[in-house]
Amino acid sequence: MIPAPFEYVRAGSLDEACRVLAEAEEAGEDVKVLAGGQSLLPLLRLRLAYLSALVDVGRLAELRGVEDRGDHVFVGALTTHDEVLRSEVVRELVPLLALATATVADPAVRHRGTFGGSLAHADPAGDLPAVALALDCVFVVRSDEGEREIPASDFFVDYLESALEPGEVLVGVRVPKLGPGWGFHYEKFHRTAQSWATVGVAAAVRLGEGVVEEARIALTNMGPTPVRARAVETALRGVPLGSSDGERLRQVCDLADEGASPPADLHGDPAYRRHLARVLTRRAVVTAGA
Amino acid sequence: MTEQLDAGLVAERIAESDQLSAPSGDREIGRARRRKEDARLVTGRTTWTDNIQLPGMLYVTFLRSPMAHARITRVDTSAARARPGVVAALSGRDLADEQGSLPCAWPVTEDIVIPDHPPMAVEEVRYVGEAVACVVATDRYAAADALEEIEVDYEPLEAVVDMTEALTEGSPKVHETGNRAFTWRFAQGDVGAAFRDAPIVVERDYVQQRLIPTAMEPRAVVATTDGDSFTLYSATQIPHVLRVMLAMTTGIPEHRLRVVAPDVGGGFGSKLQVTAEEVLALLLTRRIGRPVKWTESRSEGNLTVHHGRDQLQRIRLAAERDGRLRAVQVELLADMGAYLMLVTPGVPLLGAFMYNGIYKMDAYDFTCTGVFTTKMPTDAYRGAGRPEATFAIERAMDELAHELGLDPVEVRRRNWIAHEEFPYTTVCGLTYDSGNYEAATDRALDLFGYDTLREEQARRRAEGDPIQLGIGVSTFTEMCGLAPSRVLGSLSYGAGGWEHASVRVLPTGKVEVVTGTSPHGQGHETAWSQIASDALGVPFEDVSVLHGDTAISHKGMDTYGSRSLVVGGIAVLSACEKVKDRARELAAHMLEASAEDVEFADGSFRVRGTSQGRTIQEVALAAFAAHDLPDGVEPGLDAETTFDPDNFSFPHGTHLCAVEVDTETGGTTIRSYVAVDDVGAVVNPLIVEGQVHGGIAQGIGQALFEEAIYDAEGNLLTTTMADYLVPTALDLPEFVTDRTETPATSNPLGVKGVGEAGTIASTPAVVNAVVDALRPYGVRDVRMPCTPERVWRAINSGTSGASGVSEASEGSHGSGAPQSSQGSRASEGFEGGGR
Ligand SMILES: Cc1cc2nc3c(=O)[nH]c(=O)nc-3n(C[C@H](O)[C@H](O)[C@H](O)COP(=O)(O)OP(=O)(O)OC[C@H]3O[C@@H](n4cnc5c(N)ncnc54)[C@H](O)[C@@H]3O)c2cc1C
Repeated sequence: MIPAPFEYVRAGSLDEACRVLAEAEEAGEDVKVLAGGQSLLPLLRLRLAYLSALVDVGRLAELRGVEDRGDHVFVGALTTHDEVLRSEVVRELVPLLALATATVADPAVRHRGTFGGSLAHADPAGDLPAVALALDCVFVVRSDEGEREIPASDFFVDYLESALEPGEVLVGVRVPKLGPGWGFHYEKFHRTAQSWATVGVAAAVRLGEGVVEEARIALTNMGPTPVRARAVETALRGVPLGSSDGERLRQVCDLADEGASPPADLHGDPAYRRHLARVLTRRAVVTAGA
Repeated sequence: MTEQLDAGLVAERIAESDQLSAPSGDREIGRARRRKEDARLVTGRTTWTDNIQLPGMLYVTFLRSPMAHARITRVDTSAARARPGVVAALSGRDLADEQGSLPCAWPVTEDIVIPDHPPMAVEEVRYVGEAVACVVATDRYAAADALEEIEVDYEPLEAVVDMTEALTEGSPKVHETGNRAFTWRFAQGDVGAAFRDAPIVVERDYVQQRLIPTAMEPRAVVATTDGDSFTLYSATQIPHVLRVMLAMTTGIPEHRLRVVAPDVGGGFGSKLQVTAEEVLALLLTRRIGRPVKWTESRSEGNLTVHHGRDQLQRIRLAAERDGRLRAVQVELLADMGAYLMLVTPGVPLLGAFMYNGIYKMDAYDFTCTGVFTTKMPTDAYRGAGRPEATFAIERAMDELAHELGLDPVEVRRRNWIAHEEFPYTTVCGLTYDSGNYEAATDRALDLFGYDTLREEQARRRAEGDPIQLGIGVSTFTEMCGLAPSRVLGSLSYGAGGWEHASVRVLPTGKVEVVTGTSPHGQGHETAWSQIASDALGVPFEDVSVLHGDTAISHKGMDTYGSRSLVVGGIAVLSACEKVKDRARELAAHMLEASAEDVEFADGSFRVRGTSQGRTIQEVALAAFAAHDLPDGVEPGLDAETTFDPDNFSFPHGTHLCAVEVDTETGGTTIRSYVAVDDVGAVVNPLIVEGQVHGGIAQGIGQALFEEAIYDAEGNLLTTTMADYLVPTALDLPEFVTDRTETPATSNPLGVKGVGEAGTIASTPAVVNAVVDALRPYGVRDVRMPCTPERVWRAINSGTSGASGVSEASEGSHGSGAPQSSQGSRASEGFEGGGR
């Protein structure tokens, strides 16, 4: 569990981080940003990744913190999972983020791992990418060349691959407040309390008189990227959530895995995951609407 | 400000809380003492092997085979040797002349095949993870980097991963001699007759999946030499056995080899081994002349710590229509892995006399075939053989109950040995000295609320609740306290089962107990202090316990098989008695009385009927000064005992588990768990409680979470803790525990041992509960671990939910029962309950 040698640079400012990354890119070096290290360091230690240098952004206060900005909440990339969980602003204004973050790993990992790191890592088994996708978050990204914004729907490109270009640092994420009438739930199915999701469902539901008016649903670990369950979202419109109409809801939620391409691993084969996605979507919707 | 974690403070807290848990009477035995070793263990102010730093220390890393089976055609270490900081880079060939073969101390049959087992592979690798080369460097980093510079060419050979296939004619061979290591049989009574016209026959196949013992402390070894003598520090549970075995393996004379087990963070059998790394560390320090250290990573450990379980079990019960057993027949295939390690072949045989459980019957037949595969060798893992036996019989008893439409507790009642029948010699010839299955079971049923839960179960079934409730029973016993030496001899084991202790009262009256047991989490320092304190009438705080270093504790058989208290603790007691007898003689001399007139109470010797007395501390000082000793009495106050038990001990208990099964996802949640154990007399209830809790957790791990999975090419897929799932407190219910106390009659303390009880009992209780929940779906088995996916598949197909790489032989699940009551008792009103 000893990584291969690499250079280590602690960035004193965001500008410096961007500059170092740009120089490294020019020199053709394999460089990555280091945040909480909870995903990157295991890869290095297992020698599944070899890098020439790490640029540690861990001390950059400018990347840290949660701010209410009117129609959205801005969450700095370096905000740790634990800080997200403790934030009143998050809990009250974008509760889905808090609900999902509470299921991430264990307290030790949550104290080091960061919100931005979880997203930049683009692990489809991570719990937060699905939340970002469901809420249509906007990613604010900086490089030597300036700042740009990436919508969540474009951010997750492939397994462990985001739309971040080499040289780009994720500054933070705009998490839209959905406004009144919305309910939220993150339904995670995993084998032990601290293991990764076999499947997870992030759901936001707006009800009017017991009937779904609008829904946003995204799935964790149902493909190489998080998956937006558009078919269910559409079909849910007008569906009552009362228990007497359980059958209709069931049928609608059976569309949950449409367009998904779930992986096969030790915790479940694709068929089982598809089944789980349907069941968990129904549960997530019911709880979100309650 | 937050308080600093401080050893002194912790010790103070522990002392404070001891004041609160005041003793019942003034005896130490039976008192819930906080463990005196914990302050240093939990604050880390202690010596774990990896903490040891010696001048000039070098670090070892091993290059491990990525192939399950291959011929090594070339190893080139030259590039590694050229790297900075590298002192040596060696292949198996470089060590071939001196490395010997790792020992197997349990040749269970005359014709057993014990293949040569070089610590570092020379010609051929036979499992993924086998060491093929090593680097010795001035720091860990240099050693790890240089490893990547070693070139190895392999000529692939076929992997052998499935035991059943391994025994077929055309199977590729793990060793030239073939894949069968041995077949061992034990039969009593007329089994043929018992089955021939049996009204009920239940036949089931169970899979004991392969497990990875996951001790909190990884393995670590430090070896050093002064050019003449050698010292090996190892995270081992068997320093004494290790010393003998290493001397035999390496040729280092035993008297010039000292083995030290510093504080060791858990073993569960995985550190009951003579490992390749221990042997190689010694060879490297001998070759290089400098101290070397090796510490494994968790992933390295998953590959190369010996694994546990891995058996295919076929169990057949013959029974009367009223449920009374006639006979039990067992056929096992036991996966040895690629080689036979210290007690590999003996592990399944530790269960050979246990498939009858607590039940009476006339005939018994047990056969076990050990099979070689290209996987990490298996060996002892908490319970070793007995969890497997208990699982099979307790699962099968539930099946019998189901076939007969009887309550599973009732079937057990009709068969178990009644309290008044003890001592009872079982069909296997073991004499269970004591037990009270009625009392433990009644207490457990009571605590559990059995009838209420059964009612709830019926209601959920009737309503077709997607969350179904299952109730599992396990009435277990085990043979532990390993072991009477003559019995071990009769089973061809390579050593005895005695234990040694010496006790010395120092000139100032303080007491040192030297024990041959080797605690690695069990709390012997506390428990042995309690025993000595009572026996010698000295304060608990005045006793210290020394262990784990062959230079200090010169004689011992170490810790495993729930033996330490029942064998080692009795040795301590007996040595204390000898000390007391010597002290009495001296006290009598000091008091000018005859020894018969001197009585001992509360730490003082008194002449009967007078107030004249001497404390044991005064006697100790006099014995030290030796100015005035009676003729023939030696100076000093000390004694030693080596104790060899007459019999095993037989803890028992009843464990009940209620599991909620989410039939939509296959998820299981343990709702309640009750354990009533009878471990005989209890020296320290807190320690017993801890052992029971940990044991249950580990047994639940097997039932629901853990499995070492190899793919068809022999690659281990569960090399990290993200894949090999070990439950934490968050995954476990509150355990409700209680005890009944039926003292063992085989030792003066009446103790039975508790180290493995929880693990042995809990696995079948949990799986019985899962299967019970799913009976309405026609499910009669779920393969362990009962993962959500397997449970879901079982519900949807009415089978065991088996799938994937390590498939059990299908098609052999047929019940021989002429009266099979397939289907369900309560399937009416059950939605979607079809098969
Ligand atoms: C035992 C364990 C269990 C876990 N369980 C879960 C779980 O159940 N659910 C879950 O969602 N996660 C889980 N995680 C992952 C955890 O959430 C990590 O915090 C997260 O994946 C990565 O965050 P980090 O800050 O540690 O990122 P790092 O490991 O530092 O980086 C991860 C990747 O993101 C890049 N990166 C990080 N920050 C930036 C940035 N600001 N700009 C550009 N690139 C950046 C890095 O270059 C790297 O490629 C677990 C981790 C562990 C160790």
